[in-house]
Amino acid sequence: MVRIDFNKLRFLVIDDNAHMRRMVRTLLHGFGARDVYEAEDGAAGLEAFTHYVPDIVITDWAMPIFDGLELTQMIRQPGANSNPYVAIIMLTGHSEKKRVMSARDAGVTEFLAKPISAKGLYQRIVNVVANPRPFVKTRTYFGPDRRRTNNSTYVGPERRKGGKADMIKQPALVEKYRAPA
Amino acid sequence: MAPSKNTAAVTTYGDHEVIVPENKLRKAVSTKPFAPGDDPIARAEAALADLSSEFSTWMDSECERLDKARRMLSTTGCTGANKEALFHAAHDIKGEAATFGFPAMAAASDSLCRLLEHTPDPTRIPIMLVDQHVDAVRAIYREYARSDAVELARKLTQRLREVTDEFLAHENRDRPEVLAQLKAPSILPEA
Repeated sequence: MVRIDFNKLRFLVIDDNAHMRRMVRTLLHGFGARDVYEAEDGAAGLEAFTHYVPDIVITDWAMPIFDGLELTQMIRQPGANSNPYVAIIMLTGHSEKKRVMSARDAGVTEFLAKPISAKGLYQRIVNVVANPRPFVKTRTYFGPDRRRTNNSTYVGPERRKGGKADMIKQPALVEKYRAPA
Repeated sequence: MAPSKNTAAVTTYGDHEVIVPENKLRKAVSTKPFAPGDDPIARAEAALADLSSEFSTWMDSECERLDKARRMLSTTGCTGANKEALFHAAHDIKGEAATFGFPAMAAASDSLCRLLEHTPDPTRIPIMLVDQHVDAVRAIYREYARSDAVELARKLTQRLREVTDEFLAHENRDRPEVLAQLKAPSILPEA
């Protein structure tokens, strides 16, 4: 298991449900995090994002004012804020295929369905810290590369033009620290 | 808090750019091994267990919120705001039920969410069916200490879900994409 120094990471938890915020905060503190900030809706979340400059945003989907999906779209605006590349983990009760695809297409980095578990949250955090994906910018999308695996059996049309970028190789820190030097 | 400047390597292709941003989270990856017996997941689970004495009170307040939203919808109609409030209350219970120690409440809450989310004309949502869902969720919570609570909850929820699915199939009979969505299973792996 990769060891993460959670006390070097700053978290922002955005959820309109105070119970859920308390649970996520408890889990993060249990992992060893110290800097955990909270916001109770999308608008307050965006303000806190700008103010606290978190390393990782953990957001709910269904929230008042604007929801987690809209918040993600606002953060993923190149040039519009200090860190459009921030890791965003969507923690939600929605788990239908259509919802997961929408979250992915908005630029969410990881998706975690409720009920929340310490293991599930820990794995998502390790993934965004130790195995970051490059970003892709097209006319209609800006966010983490949505291709997580290289499917050698894929026979459909190639949707990306320009050849070389079929599978974007990014050395994973997780592998680097597993392998002997 | 002053943000540090982003640096990124950009490669341009035919119709897209690939951007490899500076990995600012690298600072948190430690090369030191875990100390013997140190397990961050177990630590977090223990911290959550310490909190668990409050879960019953929290679920109590969630059920109150659900009931309040139902009463508002019954008295002032299935407007956008009323429907949203009831949906959010049910949706939160669905997400919290297992963590709070009442997993059998999740399915009835989920059935209510489906009813509210997938009925194209909110004014056609049968208030009686809404009431039956809310009453079921609250009854499952109230009777959770019974030895047969989980089995009763399963039977009750199954019937509610059948009636809801039948209603939704009828209401969405001209919307094949919604019907397909209603039948699609979750694609998420287990947490």
